Amino acid sequence: MKAWIAFGNIFMKDMRSYYLKPPNISWGLIFPIAWTLMFFLRSPVPLEVRDLLPGVMSLSILFGTTSMLAVTITFERKSRSFDRLLLAPISLNLLMLAKTTGAIMFGVINAFVPILFASFLTDLSGINWPLVLGSVIFIAITSTFLGLFVAVSVSQVFEAQTFSNFFRFPMLFLCGLFIPVADLPVFIRPLSYILPLTYGADILKTAVNNNGVLSLSLSFLMLLLFTAFLFSYSIYNVNRRWIL
Amino acid sequence: MKIIEAENLTKTFNGFTAVNGVNFHINRGEIFGFLGPNGAGKTTIINMLTGLAKITAGQVKLLGEDYTRSVKKAQALMGIVPDESNLYEELSGRENLCFCGALYGMEKGLREARADRLLEQFELVEAAGRPFRAYSKGMKRKLAIAAGIIHQPEILFLDEPTTGIDVGFARQIRKLIVDLHRRGTTIFLTTHYIEEAERLCERLAFIVRGKIVREGTVDELMKEAQRDNIVRFTLGGDFSGLAGEFKARFPGYAIQAGQDSGVSIHAPAPFPLLPLVQFFEERSLPVYEAKIVRPSLEEVFVKITGIEPQKMQNQQGPKSMKGPQGARS
Ligand SMILES: Nc1ncnc2c1ncn2[C@@H]1O[C@H](COP(=O)(O)OP(=O)(O)O)[C@@H](O)[C@H]1O
Ligand SMILES: [Mg+2]
Repeated sequence: MKAWIAFGNIFMKDMRSYYLKPPNISWGLIFPIAWTLMFFLRSPVPLEVRDLLPGVMSLSILFGTTSMLAVTITFERKSRSFDRLLLAPISLNLLMLAKTTGAIMFGVINAFVPILFASFLTDLSGINWPLVLGSVIFIAITSTFLGLFVAVSVSQVFEAQTFSNFFRFPMLFLCGLFIPVADLPVFIRPLSYILPLTYGADILKTAVNNNGVLSLSLSFLMLLLFTAFLFSYSIYNVNRRWIL
Repeated sequence: MKIIEAENLTKTFNGFTAVNGVNFHINRGEIFGFLGPNGAGKTTIINMLTGLAKITAGQVKLLGEDYTRSVKKAQALMGIVPDESNLYEELSGRENLCFCGALYGMEKGLREARADRLLEQFELVEAAGRPFRAYSKGMKRKLAIAAGIIHQPEILFLDEPTTGIDVGFARQIRKLIVDLHRRGTTIFLTTHYIEEAERLCERLAFIVRGKIVREGTVDELMKEAQRDNIVRFTLGGDFSGLAGEFKARFPGYAIQAGQDSGVSIHAPAPFPLLPLVQFFEERSLPVYEAKIVRPSLEEVFVKITGIEPQKMQNQQGPKSMKGPQGARS
């Protein structure tokens, strides 16, 4: 019970301090809006909008979540307020969940910005909404933990941003978002399969257009494995690097 | 009753031994202090005791229970005020206090009531709504102390509570510490100001290069440096003509006449005062005061550690800080 009071307040503080601040709200929305405009306005055929939707949604989540953790974690570490959290009598696992829940929710919200845009441009009937929601949540969790993984591996906020891009930009091209993995050169394909977004985007494709190529259970399982790995590695890193 | 016990506590950073097998304990209700120069290992020890640093070797106990490998439960009973603020710049003073209360699982109503009480006690009511970043250094330190005790911990850790704080605030903070102690809070503080240690601590450990070189109550430590028993008399007249007569009467004592109408008597062992007073009275020298002269803690510290007080803050800290002089209240 006591630990949950701490959890709730850490979460709420981040909400108020970061996520609900006007610059961050707009920052958070700029990515999805930019992606949306970039891809949708360029494609005059309505059907293509639906084809692009899973990719745009995935990117919105990816960029939204990973950029937040540089602030909520790396920055707080640098300003020493993260020490205050490490000194609190709550487990490191719960603490890190409290620090990431905001980003996960932020990512989920980000994913629906492109959907909103798309709803004006095309017919969205026949979409498997529960599956969309499930995959969006999973992608948000995995991307957030990818951001966490980066945030606890660096010391400076700018390093977090740079290091994130090291993951984010390859994902743009390698995850089958816009170029199907099958169309990539054979020697690059293995890379696609070690990137979590490949699986998330594939589920979204199935949900939106029923044209995913991987089995749903395999994709969910892979996302689950990435989530578990990224989270436990992050905890390990905090333990190793920040509790000296 | 021992709140904290540390046995053979050791910390190495890549082969460098920052803390080298220290043993100490802190009793309930006391102010225990670490006095030592910069780099002695004070902060590292606090970090090990509170869970911010891993323990290389040795063990720590809280209320008799070993928590060397699992600090989380113990942390609930600790209040920690680090040497540098770790509160949130963007939150107000009151919000910071409430947030810290929440970290220890305090319910909303309880933490708000307690935050308001502390803001009053620490004279921060006016600043309560202002963001922390707008606070002066002294106010920040006060708020950090308030944040450290909002959950009424068993023990409060204060790492260099007055370092870098201007004299007026340093005095306020020392008063607050004494006040907290009177209300029953157990306090562990570190300092490199000898006077501060002497004024605040009941028991002290001198720490140098990762080792405790001496530990004891202030009185016990003083006794070590006491070479002689010295009593200083303040007299109502001039003593100088009586020196010969005095020596004849008290052959074992050495005398040293002061500048004014005072005289100090030195003897190898404690001695009775009445015969001396009678001696002066009989010669129409009224005795206004007789005072046992003790060595200062500074002398004791220098004698034991060989470190001159001005070297204590060599490595860091603003030059303008001259320790707590002038802060005597
Ligand atoms: N993270 C660290 N890595 C390497 N050395 C450290 C680290 N932290 C402290 N030290 C060293 O350990 C010694 C003790 O430091 P510290 O505990 O901060 O001393 P104090 O608080 O008494 O001034 C110093 O020599 C310091 O340089
Ligand atoms: Mg220190």
